[in-house]
Amino acid sequence: MGVLEHKFQDNIVVASVDKLLSWARSTSPWYFQFGLACCAIEMMATAASRHDLERIGMMPRSSPRQADVMIVSGTVTLKMGLRVKRLYEQMADPKYVIAMGSCATSGGPYWKYGYHVLKGVDLVVPVDVYIPGCPPRPEALLDGLLKLQEKIRHERPLTRKTGT
Amino acid sequence: MSQDIRTILKKAFPAAIVEQEAETEDYLEVRPGEWFEIATFLHDTPELKFDSLQCITGVDWGPEAHLEVRYNLHSMEHKHKLEIRIVLDRTAPEVPSVEKIWRVADWFEREVYDMYGIVFTGHRNLRRILLPDDWVGWPLRKDYETPETYHGIVVPKIKEEWE
Amino acid sequence: MVLNIGPQHPSTHGVLRLKVKTDGEIVSEITPIIGYLHRCFEKHCENLSYEQVIPYTDRCDYIASMNNNFGYVVAVEELMGIEVPERVEYIRVIMAELNRIASHLLALGTYGLDIGAFTPFLYMFRDRERILDLFEMTCGARLLYNYMWVGGLSHDLPVGFVEAAYDFLDYFEPQVKEYNDLLTYNKIFIERTADIGVLPAEVAINYGVTGPNLRGSGVAWDLRKAEPYSVYDRFEFDIPVGKGLVGSVGDCWDRYWVRVQEMLESVKIIRQALQKMPSEGDVHAALPKKVRPPKGSIYKRTESPRGDLGYYIISSGKPVPFRIKMRSPAFTALCVLDEIARGWMISDVLAILGSLDIVLGEIDR
Repeated sequence: MGVLEHKFQDNIVVASVDKLLSWARSTSPWYFQFGLACCAIEMMATAASRHDLERIGMMPRSSPRQADVMIVSGTVTLKMGLRVKRLYEQMADPKYVIAMGSCATSGGPYWKYGYHVLKGVDLVVPVDVYIPGCPPRPEALLDGLLKLQEKIRHERPLTRKTGT
Repeated sequence: MSQDIRTILKKAFPAAIVEQEAETEDYLEVRPGEWFEIATFLHDTPELKFDSLQCITGVDWGPEAHLEVRYNLHSMEHKHKLEIRIVLDRTAPEVPSVEKIWRVADWFEREVYDMYGIVFTGHRNLRRILLPDDWVGWPLRKDYETPETYHGIVVPKIKEEWE
Repeated sequence: MVLNIGPQHPSTHGVLRLKVKTDGEIVSEITPIIGYLHRCFEKHCENLSYEQVIPYTDRCDYIASMNNNFGYVVAVEELMGIEVPERVEYIRVIMAELNRIASHLLALGTYGLDIGAFTPFLYMFRDRERILDLFEMTCGARLLYNYMWVGGLSHDLPVGFVEAAYDFLDYFEPQVKEYNDLLTYNKIFIERTADIGVLPAEVAINYGVTGPNLRGSGVAWDLRKAEPYSVYDRFEFDIPVGKGLVGSVGDCWDRYWVRVQEMLESVKIIRQALQKMPSEGDVHAALPKKVRPPKGSIYKRTESPRGDLGYYIISSGKPVPFRIKMRSPAFTALCVLDEIARGWMISDVLAILGSLDIVLGEIDR
């Protein structure tokens, strides 16, 4: 890139296509409106007036086909687990999953006697970010989403994925 | 429960009411055979008029004991209430359905069936309601064991070292 | 044609699946399929001590956790024969009514969302956040509180709570007018909800429908008045009932309107409770050393924002309950959907479903 440097004014950014792609992806991950249980209320609160998710480029989508991020917010039961898997398969690549709350992470308060509770959504779909809490505060969810954005930003879709 | 309700019921169905030791108890034990007729009577008689079925509870008294169904009735007009208990055999638990009298019993009975395997005869749509249709076993019975897997998804057993 | 709605659908208020049989666009039969959130509440109850059950009651109806706590502790206290200090009773009433407002705000906001009005949702969530701030001030949690304990409360009110509560009430009362302007008397909203999904009173009673849904059908039945528990007999408030102001009695709009009016009644109750509350008193005074009710059973109902919330508790004299059955109001409300939604259009089904204000956590438990 040495030839081009300092030849133009400040309004031109020179970057690799790889970086550009991941930058573009990271700033507007549209999330899948996927409320399951208690955490869904906190997810709604995060999207509503006070916390306003859209300021970090997150926009709710109702269809898995249009979404990039699935926020699994709440307890996944065995009956629902099969559907979660199917919905994940319906999402277009690249796709990310956030396990919000302790239920989605590990079964939470229901892990011991819950005969019908899936002990962590990572048993059926791969998870990128885990957010602890029962339920996580909106700030925690925001932090988790920013962590995900950071993760996406460091991805190099054309060459290799980080961590693999 | 007032004594009047007990007296009225005993007069109408002398064979179906189980004698209790203490008459002051606030419930009434009924044999399952005539339950549908009793329920119709409770709902339709003007001085009783139990128009609202509050709750149906299934109870399992242990692997050696019996099952039980409890009905909580309430009258919006007379503002009195009544609890009916029906003791059932564990091997073949059957009780007449009251779904045609109180429509809310439709789902309540399905839930009790789902959890205890108590069959409500005459119910028009007795299927599992909360658990998936292909689930095996009656979860709220005391001798229920959690399955190992469901459709290939592992259901981890209780591991003591997790605590 | 058979149409499948859910379990993942933006306007089903959780993971509910509806199998809708239609003739063209007219609905001929609806089969709700529930259980996607069955979290084995009753199994947990049989394995945990009485105190440990309280956090699980929170998670059943996660929109009105205080009211769920309330119903449970009232039932256990009656089973044990505990007298609770007066200050505790008043604080409980304040919390329960604040949560009723929060729950109705969420119900109304999402109902607007179902119909296609996005703005009221933002307004109502803005005000709901202020109630959550009050809760956060008191017990540190935003959504699931575990605040009411058997025989008392987890914390006393913090310094400055009473003033903050008055501040909120002064702020909130004029807001209701704003909601009315935005949504209640909005022409489009009335067109979508008036005369739709009429629920006659007899059908409602036969189906065990309670709470605002029953009151929307014109039956003045409120457990706070009919069977007063705690200190509800000391307050003056009215029971709003559906009058069919823009349509017929028992339509979707009436159910919605009853909720709006109930928020104002709750404000009345909170004001009286704040005034009458004794300023001194230990909230831990009546906490029992061990929660071990005597042998026996109890069925106790309280009025949650969705209706009659009943707990059937069987005690075998041990510190662990033998059986707890929760009779949830949303369960019966969803049961009636098939009956009242038949004959309407598919788009009306979602309007009717929203007006019943269901919470899946409570239905599936």
